Amino acid sequence: MKTSHKIWMAFAALLLIGIYLVPIWSIGMEAPQYPEGIGMNIMVDNIEGKEPQDLKNINGLNHYIGMKPIEPASIPELKIMPYIFGFLIISGLVIAGTGKRTLILFWLGIFILVSIAGLVDFYLWGYDYGHNLNPDAPIKVPGMTYQPPLIGSKQLLNINATSLPHIGFYISLVSMSIAGLAWWKSKDQKS
Amino acid sequence: MKKQMYSHRFWMLPAVVLISITLFGCNGNGNFSSNSDAAQKVYVAPGELDEFYGFMSGGYNGQLGVYGLPSGRHIFTIPVFSQAPVNGYGYSEESKAMLNTTHGFVPWGDSHHPELSQTNGETDGRWIFINENNTPRVARIGLDEFKTQEIIEIPNSAGNHASAFVTPNTEYVSAATRFSIPMDEDMNNMDVSIDSYKDTFRGTLSFIKVSEEGKMNIDFQILMPGFDYDLSHSGKGPSDGWAFFTSYNSEMAHSLLEINASKNDKDFIAAINWRKAAEYVKEGKGKMMPGKHVRNYIDHEEGGIAKSETINEVRILDPRELEGIVYFLPTPKSPHGVDVDPTGQYIIAGGKLSTVIPVHSFAKMIEAIENEDFEGEVMGIPVLKYDSILHGEVEDPGLGPLHTEFDGKGYAYTTAFISSEIVKWDIENTQVVDRIDTYYSPGHLMIPGGDSQKPDGKYLVALNKITKDRYLPTGPEMFHSAQLIDISGDKMQLLLDFPTEGEPHYAQGIAAEKVIKNQKRFYKLEENTHPFRATSEAQTKIERNGNEVHVYMTTIRSHFAPDNIEGIKVGDKVYFHVTNLEQDWDVPHGFAIKGANNAELLIMPGETLTLTWEPKETGVFPFYCTDFCSALHQEMQGYVRVSPENSDIDFKYGTGQ
Repeated sequence: MKTSHKIWMAFAALLLIGIYLVPIWSIGMEAPQYPEGIGMNIMVDNIEGKEPQDLKNINGLNHYIGMKPIEPASIPELKIMPYIFGFLIISGLVIAGTGKRTLILFWLGIFILVSIAGLVDFYLWGYDYGHNLNPDAPIKVPGMTYQPPLIGSKQLLNINATSLPHIGFYISLVSMSIAGLAWWKSKDQKS
Repeated sequence: MKKQMYSHRFWMLPAVVLISITLFGCNGNGNFSSNSDAAQKVYVAPGELDEFYGFMSGGYNGQLGVYGLPSGRHIFTIPVFSQAPVNGYGYSEESKAMLNTTHGFVPWGDSHHPELSQTNGETDGRWIFINENNTPRVARIGLDEFKTQEIIEIPNSAGNHASAFVTPNTEYVSAATRFSIPMDEDMNNMDVSIDSYKDTFRGTLSFIKVSEEGKMNIDFQILMPGFDYDLSHSGKGPSDGWAFFTSYNSEMAHSLLEINASKNDKDFIAAINWRKAAEYVKEGKGKMMPGKHVRNYIDHEEGGIAKSETINEVRILDPRELEGIVYFLPTPKSPHGVDVDPTGQYIIAGGKLSTVIPVHSFAKMIEAIENEDFEGEVMGIPVLKYDSILHGEVEDPGLGPLHTEFDGKGYAYTTAFISSEIVKWDIENTQVVDRIDTYYSPGHLMIPGGDSQKPDGKYLVALNKITKDRYLPTGPEMFHSAQLIDISGDKMQLLLDFPTEGEPHYAQGIAAEKVIKNQKRFYKLEENTHPFRATSEAQTKIERNGNEVHVYMTTIRSHFAPDNIEGIKVGDKVYFHVTNLEQDWDVPHGFAIKGANNAELLIMPGETLTLTWEPKETGVFPFYCTDFCSALHQEMQGYVRVSPENSDIDFKYGTGQ
């Protein structure tokens, strides 16, 4: 690997520091009585309201339909994720240092697997929240579940929920692309 | 076929013209001054916001009404000087102290003149001040939360009418006594014969200093002759540093004033050099004198609970000893309003019995003072020569001119009370240029920013004293009418009638955007410092201290915690400290309990309010939320069990299983 490719690989790894600063995913909700919108952002280690009080208000509304309160402190994924990205950053830097291009492929593979696992986990999490309802809930609509969409918009009673990747997710994609490019460009050279 | 249709139309045309003329002719009282596009101009479509907030004093209801302009929609009423069962203001433990005075608890008021705070002569949307006439007080209302935040009593005053007017940077709010009273050397109200009026009666003008945070304190009072002081406005631009107060009864009559105080051809405007007075105060001049008064304020550090403090002294400046702080401007005849134009050059009086509107020139006034161009003095106060200070007189201004506001384009608008009209005139050449009828007897008028250096000269609101025949009749008493007039063009155009609450005196208007940017939507729970707060259901509890019981209660859609309470006894004094756990815009909760002798509560999100309840008999008593808060609002209720005084039942409380 040429020095420039090593630098690109290191850059791809370091870019992931951004994950700790911005949300990865975001769920927004609109309802007639919330014309200004209400929503939450999923961070690498936390779930936060778009406005500081939003999460509290979402939980307040969710109790009518018997949905479990969203308590970031009790979600294990939020404790693991910072370490996964930490591992990706450090291993990415090590790979850049060694200059072994096949390792980039391993790194990318792990990254992609982690991403898919993350999305599957997110789906299951949404499924659990939307289906696993308190039987004593005040509002029960026959056949109704409240699973938010994995991506895109869905009408849930009077609320239109929209789930979309946020900047952190795109940072991951850019990081993957740069790593991929470093691997591709260094193809014709002997390492 | 086609031809037939045309001929049909041709036949219609003269008929339409004829009907129009007949209708117009029928409208004998001239209220055709509105026209068809008026509706469009005041229409604020569903979901759209009004361009201006209008704040109209509630007069004898002691409150401040908030209206949207141009729609004329009543948006809100802010409780100020009177108790308000609607939300427990003046009843709750947190707000009771707001109505304390040296006369004890005064739960009503006669409010008159709202005035927005200003920065650089422009309304700034921080606060609005309003005076109370009967028990002399001035209140400060925060426009961030539309709530009364402070009330200060004015000592040595017997009717706080010429108030609350601000200086261009809200350095001071001024106040003046309407009624003079006999005062001894220690400023005590004397037990003397009313006949001794001319010898013993005195008036005071007060200047309330306003701090950056809004805190009010009376910086000084000026001792004045025993006239009746009526209205005021501050100078601006070149006249900044001065304030002008009208007076009537320069005759110093004390009986049948309608005759006896209408004799002099000219009364006075008192011109006060407040900047010079403030310098005297800084130099320690004047005298600290007894002047007991109460200041009530919301203590934000301690949970938003109103506190009262009593202040015993006030600094008195005597114009006989301190030169250059007061001059009298002779003004015909029984002047009522006094207004300063946006350039600050002209001082305009409304002589309620005068047939002209006198316009004084500030520059000429200063010149006359420098030249000592006096025609005499009253109680050591120089009286300037009328002809030396006059800029001009507006001829034919209507009968009973009272108040003037400005559009910032060189025109003044004066209400004529007796002839029921508004007269528009050119300030520079004092010529009348337009007039419009009002229905009926306008007192004050308001143009948003119309008494500031930067008026929004788009609308004018006439505040009429008589409403008859404008709305469906409700009985002898009908609330007073406001009329919205378009002043954007050359001709004034009546757009809208709308009723108001109480008897509005003055009003103020401000662009809505200046207020909205500071608006609070809820109180942050983590900033709640109320000593009896419960910021989560886990913190709810009940404590007994002798026969005092403190219930730390929370509300959230749609339940109370606790909602079942046992262990209360007859003879207990139960304090329900209710914290609203919501952190969402426009989700207050109410609290009401059967047999409460005071009021209900309306608790804003994140706020704690306390209602006192003294159960007098045994049994089980329901309490419930009075503000429809959610789909399950009706279910938001609970019970208190009350046992005999000597029972030994322990507290038992909780919510749910």
